[in-house]
Amino acid sequence: MVYGLIAVGYSLVYGIVGMINFAHGDVFMVGSFLALIAILACGGFPVPLALALALIFAMALCGLFGFAIERVAYRPLNRSHRLAPLISAIGVSIALQNGIELLQGARVKPIAPVITGGITLSTQGSFAATLSWAQLAIILVTLVVLGAVSWLVRRTDLGRAMRAVEQDRMMASLLGVDTARTISLAFVLGAALAGVAGLMFLVYYGVIDFFIGFTAGIKAFTAAVLGGIGSIEGAVLGGLLIGLIETFWSAYGSAAYKDVAAFAVLILVLLVRPEGLLGQRTAEKV
Amino acid sequence: MKTALRDAGLSALIAFILALPLAGLVTTPDESLQLRLVFHPWPVAAITVGAFLLRLLWLRRPRFTLPKVRGLGSWALVPVALLPLVSGGRGLDVGLLVLTYLMLATGLNIVVGLAGLLDLGYVAFYAVGAYTTALLTTEAGFGFWSALPLAGLLAAFAGLLLGIPVLRLRGDYLAIVTLGFGEIVRVVLINWQSLTNGADGISGIPYPRLFGLDFSRAGRASVFRLFHLPYDRLDRQVWFYLLALALTLLANLVVARLRRSPLGRAWEALREDEIAARALGLEPTRLKLAAFTTGAFFAGLAGAFFAARQGFVSPESFTFMESALVLAIVVMGGAGRQLGVIWAAVVMIGGFELVRGFAEYRMLIFGLALVAIAVARPGGLIAARLPSVRLNPLRRGA
Amino acid sequence: MTCLLEVEALTLRFGGITALDQVSFQIAPGRIAALIGPNGAGKTSLFNCITGFYRPTAGVICLHEESGPRELQLMAQTEIAAVARLARSFQNIRLFGAMTCLENLLVAQYRRRAPGALPSLLGLRRARAAEAAAIARGRELLARFELLAFADQEARTLPYGAQRRLEIARALATDPILLCLDEPAAGLNERESAELAERLERLREEGLTLLLIEHDMGLVMRIADQVIVLDVGRKIADGPPAQIRADPRVIAAYLGDEAA
Repeated sequence: MVYGLIAVGYSLVYGIVGMINFAHGDVFMVGSFLALIAILACGGFPVPLALALALIFAMALCGLFGFAIERVAYRPLNRSHRLAPLISAIGVSIALQNGIELLQGARVKPIAPVITGGITLSTQGSFAATLSWAQLAIILVTLVVLGAVSWLVRRTDLGRAMRAVEQDRMMASLLGVDTARTISLAFVLGAALAGVAGLMFLVYYGVIDFFIGFTAGIKAFTAAVLGGIGSIEGAVLGGLLIGLIETFWSAYGSAAYKDVAAFAVLILVLLVRPEGLLGQRTAEKV
Repeated sequence: MKTALRDAGLSALIAFILALPLAGLVTTPDESLQLRLVFHPWPVAAITVGAFLLRLLWLRRPRFTLPKVRGLGSWALVPVALLPLVSGGRGLDVGLLVLTYLMLATGLNIVVGLAGLLDLGYVAFYAVGAYTTALLTTEAGFGFWSALPLAGLLAAFAGLLLGIPVLRLRGDYLAIVTLGFGEIVRVVLINWQSLTNGADGISGIPYPRLFGLDFSRAGRASVFRLFHLPYDRLDRQVWFYLLALALTLLANLVVARLRRSPLGRAWEALREDEIAARALGLEPTRLKLAAFTTGAFFAGLAGAFFAARQGFVSPESFTFMESALVLAIVVMGGAGRQLGVIWAAVVMIGGFELVRGFAEYRMLIFGLALVAIAVARPGGLIAARLPSVRLNPLRRGA
Repeated sequence: MTCLLEVEALTLRFGGITALDQVSFQIAPGRIAALIGPNGAGKTSLFNCITGFYRPTAGVICLHEESGPRELQLMAQTEIAAVARLARSFQNIRLFGAMTCLENLLVAQYRRRAPGALPSLLGLRRARAAEAAAIARGRELLARFELLAFADQEARTLPYGAQRRLEIARALATDPILLCLDEPAAGLNERESAELAERLERLREEGLTLLLIEHDMGLVMRIADQVIVLDVGRKIADGPPAQIRADPRVIAAYLGDEAA
């Protein structure tokens, strides 16, 4: 689920700018740290309030981060060699990881479970299928956020502008769309989503460190590609699938290979359907 | 000037807002190992001021272009190549490191620079080469020299295996799949204990021999004993360095030749416009596969170097970061431009090592430096493609 | 032989659209045939079928080479490009931008003349001879198309007219008997168009057969021996230019029924 959120961010940026934002996973990591700090700061507050504040805090600051990164590391490279932004993104990713490591300490950061308890769905013998409040909250928030994003892309001017820039950047700018601003906003939005994901991750897993960005980033990118890059629904679907695959694989197969199960599935899917599950088949005009 | 100050001020403000929680409120465990927030004002201040200054500097940077390094470029490499020989153990070690990465970059240059295929999992072939060498030398009694070509070939074979299903994917999909493959290889290395000894790695890889003579102090086949020379540990490294230098030079010559050949041109045509290339009768799949496999071969050779130099291999040397690093070298060198790639390797790896003194800050500086270079010189340190063949040869001084 | 290219009942359907519907025509050798029609008529689709970029749903495309007839509709695109003696240019110029003019022409000769990789690497005499021959042919074509001055310049830096010429030169470098040009006059001014017309006529004199897609009626009327008119995927006329010009169906297709 968490991957889905991050994946949407990836899809957004890739669809519009055509670039793989390597640093995206690390923005997610930053988001989780921000959420941690926020929650710790709201030590005595009631849980829902603290969470809400943390959510806003993480989203806002991550959005700001996204803006800054785009401005500093990507925008100047608009007209260059197509690989230059990728290198820049890798640089940002490294910088973020190590920056947080230096600033916040290299150790993992555990936190007492913020949301406890849950509902028991059914009991069979000694196994109880439970749905914890945390999981419920995550699903709820994810759905709400995705719904909002979907609405944004489909119904609002901004969404239309984004889709226009995605299809044909030069034409969109000729028609008066402020492409620079639209791209910026896409980054901000993507980053904000990553921030939400960061909070969710913290709440669900209860422990974070500076390295989670890398693994999550790759998996999220896999999810985005699996679902068809450029498609928001696809990204979510991809995220769900990856989560499911991992769970099943850990349960039935070798847990050690869990991380690469997702990749293996990706390769298989792409072999059969090169544009991803829900992606558009883009044909080049001859 | 005023707008520049305002812009810088804005940057500083943003930096401040971002730095305040992340740098200022540090999550530190207290006595009961609960996390508490501790306020550290100094990093916040440093980052804010730093952002302000950097932005100001960037906005008011003098417009200058690096002088054209034409023929000078290649000759200047000679002293650089010889430097490690006179700078003792440490210099030799760095030199070997540079050569290893250079070999990697040369191979990746074929894939990314010439054929335009985005391979993010290059480290996988590197690992195959290294582990092949390790296993052959420790378990099967091979010497380094017999293991070297096998390392390359096996890596090339891996490239072939991966390439066949994967190369018809569109550019960015190819990127993620190759990335995935790199990770898969790494995880397999960690978990296939029986073969690879897992995370502990394989050690005891012997140094390469000189015509059957080794460099031990007093062994039966020791060079020192045979020639009645005083024992010097350094000689072993010098020897290896010269060897690696020769091999890397050879590799570069091969790639240079390839670039000028019809095959190299076909790769570049494929990169420039695949549809036009197809219309002219070029077969994309075969060409891409050839590029991929050749690149993998060089990675395998580099892996063998690495294994012999370190004496042991373990999975943690083969992370995505390595792939990213090699890619960065290739792109910064101008992707396709061999001389540029050589310089990029020297500067980046050499520079990386020089900064070793800063220990923890090293990676951070590296990341920032990557961004800086990418933004300042997006075309690479030495951009501009040189034609592989000229109708009218350049006149001197033209 | 009476015809070089024979297209019979060619049909192309995809996704509910019938791009080509039972199109049939023949082109005699040593002729310039022009394919015209309003936008969306299926001209480029026809090209793409002939050159193998699309696989037709039905019909036959037969190229009569010296060695015998060759049915193109069954062949894979790269096979056609490699083995069949036809070549094409593209509507949107597709040059290898970062490579020089000479290099562009050399790549075009790859399939026919290339020595293997190993001989090239080792600098064997066979490889060097082949390379020299290719360069010589490249020089010839550059001279012929007035591109010698640009020989070592990156293709993307060339002025538009020169780029168009290079595209044609590159197609010629593959030594075809049928040259298919997709809107070769697009974007050219009067003088350049006239020069193009002369060039194409000279190619015809040398025995080459040409099939053009064109919108420039002046050019078409001047040099074409045969004009084939397509409209919404169907052939509506086929004959010498004078006959086509007066054909009411053609006029209707271009201008709408009222003008007929």
